[in-house]
Amino acid sequence: MKYFNNPEAFLKLVVSMQDGFAATLTIFALTLVFSIPLGMVIALLRMSKSRIISTPIAAYILIMRGTPLMLQLFAVYFAIPMFFGVNLDRMTATILAFSLNYAAYFAEIFRGGIMSIPVGQYEASHVLGLTPVQTFFHIVLPQVVKRVLLPVSNEVITLVKDTSLANIIAVSELFRAAKNEASRTASVEPLFVAGLFYLLMNGVVTVFFSRLTSRFAYYKD
Amino acid sequence: MLQAINVAKSFGTEDVLRGVSLRVSRGEVVAIIGRSGSGKSTLLRCLNHLEEIDSGSIVIDGEVMAENDASGRARYRKDAELRAICQKMGLVFQDYNLFPHYSVLKNLVMPQTAVLHRSRQEAEAKARALLEKVGLADKADEYPCNLSGGQCQRVAIARALAMDPEILCFDEPTSALDPQLTQEVLSVIRQLADEQRTMIVVTHEMNFARDVADRVIYMEGGLIVEDGPAQKVLGSERSAAVRAFVGESGY
Repeated sequence: MKYFNNPEAFLKLVVSMQDGFAATLTIFALTLVFSIPLGMVIALLRMSKSRIISTPIAAYILIMRGTPLMLQLFAVYFAIPMFFGVNLDRMTATILAFSLNYAAYFAEIFRGGIMSIPVGQYEASHVLGLTPVQTFFHIVLPQVVKRVLLPVSNEVITLVKDTSLANIIAVSELFRAAKNEASRTASVEPLFVAGLFYLLMNGVVTVFFSRLTSRFAYYKD
Repeated sequence: MLQAINVAKSFGTEDVLRGVSLRVSRGEVVAIIGRSGSGKSTLLRCLNHLEEIDSGSIVIDGEVMAENDASGRARYRKDAELRAICQKMGLVFQDYNLFPHYSVLKNLVMPQTAVLHRSRQEAEAKARALLEKVGLADKADEYPCNLSGGQCQRVAIARALAMDPEILCFDEPTSALDPQLTQEVLSVIRQLADEQRTMIVVTHEMNFARDVADRVIYMEGGLIVEDGPAQKVLGSERSAAVRAFVGESGY
């Protein structure tokens, strides 16, 4: 053991991994910022009555959920420059691929949530004179948020760990930093330290969602 | 006040309304009775634009909601106009359909501010007055999940009234309630009848229909079979069809 029995070395290792940790946090945060609203839009398009809209969206969801995220990372990073002639830096490619992928999962979660709202809520809104847009934002969406918290928290926890996939296109995130440290010092311990980082992040995510759940506990439906 | 002429509606191959004509005058309370599947709820839902009719016409307070075009199919008014006409109608559902994420007060306030553009203060004053009227002034800050079925239904009535409908409709308002809670809801409806409100009530409560309604309509197979003063339709000289139905419902 090099690190776990030596607090000073351990601290130095942690400090040396801070840039990687920052990159991981960036991927994590930006993916959520983009994929949650995008997921809501995709969910609504998927529910469109027009098959010209819903069928391609269904295909999109199938591809995003049906192929490895690792492959999608390669596809975005290497194929986009090839076909469109624009070069994406590694971080941008990662965030793009993650956002497109997670939006598909979020879309299906949101779709399930929207479909679970009883038709009576729409009928009451209609009879009272609310427009479809008012009905969605004031009546449906707030109830959907409560209903999807649990599956969304699952997805967010998975995302924390999935960020490590970015290391295959050489993004210097947490896992890559740990791997580099591990090979430089011929020790597996940095990988376990990285594990502690992920665990810590997910501890925070878990606490966040349990707080959010209790904030929505003021009503039952 | 309300005039429906020759209204027809089918779901797929099933003709649910087969040419129903109905006229309701201001201040009149009309009860619609009939078996399940007779089309009475569908008729009420068509009057409130929850279903669109296939043919016929519906005129509310002088405004045409839908009427036949040259090909004999019902045409509806455009969105904004249609919404304005529907605003004259109010509907209370069997299962209340309160908004669970809003407090009782907000259930009454939000539609007023969002649809009628009333100020918060005005909407709240109106909401509190109506809650007082249905005997639930102390429940303003509760959430629907903490209320009994009868209380929920009275909130739903107050919410419908908050929008100042010209005609208030009830779709089996007490079918989800036990007898005691039924009475508290019926007494609210009775009170509204005493105030000369125009109301259309689809109900299974024969006593209520006889005592409160000015007119009783009996529907069967998508048609209005009987239409007349409550005492006549449900009284001692009632028709054979009504007699058979009433006998089944144990009145």
